[in-house]
Amino acid sequence: MTMTAAETLTVVVEREVPFPPEKIWRALTQPHLLEAWLMKNDFQPVLGHDFKFRGDWGSVDCQVMTVEPHTTLAYSWGAMGLGSVVTWTLTPTSLGTHLRMEQAGFRPDQQQAYQGAKYGWPRFFTALEGVLEGLE
Amino acid sequence: MPTSNDVLFATLADPTRRAIFERLCRQGEQTVGALTAQAGVSQPAVSKHLGVLRRAGLVRDRHQGRETHYSAQLAALAPLVDWASQMTGFWQSRFDDLEDLLKRMDQ
Repeated sequence: MTMTAAETLTVVVEREVPFPPEKIWRALTQPHLLEAWLMKNDFQPVLGHDFKFRGDWGSVDCQVMTVEPHTTLAYSWGAMGLGSVVTWTLTPTSLGTHLRMEQAGFRPDQQQAYQGAKYGWPRFFTALEGVLEGLE
Repeated sequence: MPTSNDVLFATLADPTRRAIFERLCRQGEQTVGALTAQAGVSQPAVSKHLGVLRRAGLVRDRHQGRETHYSAQLAALAPLVDWASQMTGFWQSRFDDLEDLLKRMDQ
């Protein structure tokens, strides 16, 4: 098996669910509904809003990054020293909604890395790909 | 959820440190002097970064005469692969609970 760095650092889970996007959007954005399937939280669907998910094992520091009602929701997801971005995409289908979650991982200081570092993440990903191939 | 990778991730979060590690991955074993020449920071700073990398298990040092040679320990990156598989399991389970909730919710 060959795994590229991009695949390694990005988690995608997607499903078609027999409900309209509007209903799923509520479950993704209303705190008491979010708590029912994900974690306790103080989420608000407001750009730039800082919030936390709290679980038995600790908490996740988040900030809302994208809010396009019924279509796209993204927030940063910082836990265990690892920053990532979770993006939800809702696409209507004939049966309901195609729901896609992408978590792009390992970006602890993406802005800083791209702006200030001599070697940014793209080069690191390239190096890491070689490394991971060697691990198989 | 991952619980034991924070040291690895925190270590590689620093761009200068990551650049040093990447250089060792690409170019093999290097001395502090050779790394400093390309790092854009002082030798004490490079040494400090190498210390952090060594404590995280990402580099190994080898003493030869008055020189210390550093090499990348690639297997230490394995938790990155573990992270992805753990998060995939986490989200798949959350999707199950989300679907259950959607069935219970009012329109």
